[in-house]
Amino acid sequence: MEYAQQLFGQFFGTEWGPALFTLTKNLALIVAIVLPLLLGVAYLTLAERKIIAFMQIRVGPNRVTFFGIPWLAGWGQPIADAVKALMKEIIIPSGANKFLFIMAPILTIAPALAAWAVVPFSPEMVLADINAGLLYILAMTSMGVYGVIIAGWASNSKYAFLGAMRSAAQVVSYELAMGFALVCVLMLSHSLNLGDIVKGQEGGSFINWYLIPLFPMFLVYFISGVAETNRAPFDVAEGESEIVAGFHVEYSGMAFTVFFLAEYANMILVATLASLIFLGGWLPPLNVAPFTLIPGFIWLLLKIAFLLFFFLWFRATFPRYRYDQIMRLGWKVFIPITLVWIVLLGAVMQLPPSFLNAFPLNLWFH
Amino acid sequence: MSFQDITFYFFATVLVASALGVITARNPVHAALLLVLAFFTCAGLWLLLQAEFLAITLVLVYVGAVMGLFLFVVMMLDPNLDRLREGFWKWFPFGALLALVMAAEMAMVLMGRKFSIDQMPAPPARAADYSNTKELGRLIYTEYVYAFELAAVILLVAIVAAIALTLRRRTSTRFLDPSQQVKVKRADRVRMVSMPSEKKE
Repeated sequence: MEYAQQLFGQFFGTEWGPALFTLTKNLALIVAIVLPLLLGVAYLTLAERKIIAFMQIRVGPNRVTFFGIPWLAGWGQPIADAVKALMKEIIIPSGANKFLFIMAPILTIAPALAAWAVVPFSPEMVLADINAGLLYILAMTSMGVYGVIIAGWASNSKYAFLGAMRSAAQVVSYELAMGFALVCVLMLSHSLNLGDIVKGQEGGSFINWYLIPLFPMFLVYFISGVAETNRAPFDVAEGESEIVAGFHVEYSGMAFTVFFLAEYANMILVATLASLIFLGGWLPPLNVAPFTLIPGFIWLLLKIAFLLFFFLWFRATFPRYRYDQIMRLGWKVFIPITLVWIVLLGAVMQLPPSFLNAFPLNLWFH
Repeated sequence: MSFQDITFYFFATVLVASALGVITARNPVHAALLLVLAFFTCAGLWLLLQAEFLAITLVLVYVGAVMGLFLFVVMMLDPNLDRLREGFWKWFPFGALLALVMAAEMAMVLMGRKFSIDQMPAPPARAADYSNTKELGRLIYTEYVYAFELAAVILLVAIVAAIALTLRRRTSTRFLDPSQQVKVKRADRVRMVSMPSEKKE
């Protein structure tokens, strides 16, 4: 690494060398995050099809394989799907706004990937260790709604427009509940930095995780996350039985696939954030021998996979919400719960130190 | 020219160009989207000033929520552009006068002695663990707590007023109370009848 830095210094001079070196290094790190993420997205689609198939007593994709190896049957399916999507024509409707029609998928996937910049994968592995990390992620995920709105408007189609309207109102509503749930986490951890939030949950066992004192907030955050990613049972934005496919009804080929990628990348992001801020991130559930032997990164992956399973489980289990009930859940149920919990938490934090240092409270308030 | 200068000029160019686009674009949806771009590049400029909390909040609040709803309204309205353009020359002198006054005021502030560049040294470089957010929170809740609470109350009054002005209870709407829906038991809806089979005549 230092050798490369010196090489850049010699090549571009002392003023430009360090800047270009940082640029190159960060680009390499971005590729190192985005490539596994996209691979994870591809295999999440396979996992979704397989898991839902098993829940419905079917087999799921079991044909496409690599080099004809029989026990890999089904594992080639995401690759085959990607190749198929690449080969298809992107049809632009005649009345559509061409520029915005093409921009919409880009505006959806860019924030979904940009949010990963501040996610720590282990105490040292983080691309941008900034102070306001959590706030940055909230800002980036709130940008994602533009892709949906613009896609619906630029398609010049009634169904797409209805889907975009539904999605915009829904995402803006659930963002509030999500933000308030995260405020509780900030109050406990005294930090907006994701690494510090995980460090605040250290202490030897899973009882120290913020899941225990903030259990209602975990539920609010996770359900809002499902609603924000427009997943079932909150998928009224695409509701195929009502408005065909919602905002992406006019999209085909790779343009459609990019929306699809963004949705799954956002699902993984919500699961990752929930495991970082409520489930202790890379910390093992018990600080004893068999658990501590497993590296922290693997623990994080296990927690993410566990939460992602819930996304798939929800989709196979629940019927779609009616639109007015979605709004009611967001505004009249979640936001009051979070507000009450913030006041309660503030009151507990103002207790005299002798209470906070006594047994149950000293686990979380340090 | 250092890397920082290049970033500044890049953001500044995009900001000015998109701001010009907001007032010249014919399509109101394009204008709203250019305003989003202007906010976003402005946040980039604020990041260069080391105001990361304000920059991210600008994106979160204005780009994420306010402009999203604004775009929502603009798309639904579909305004008649010819009618909007009608009184342009009639009001032009008035608008030009306003613009001149604003430009003069800004020139007085920026070119005056108090705010000129030699009076305003570059902000000192902070340590890596310096938290902008923490400093801002400390100031808001200690020195400026009354101003802050006052602003919060004014906003609350505005929200209550907005709802009170637009809320109307329509008697024709029908809705279900979900808590009642959940409480329903089978016995409330279904009556099991035991009935002997009847022979056809």
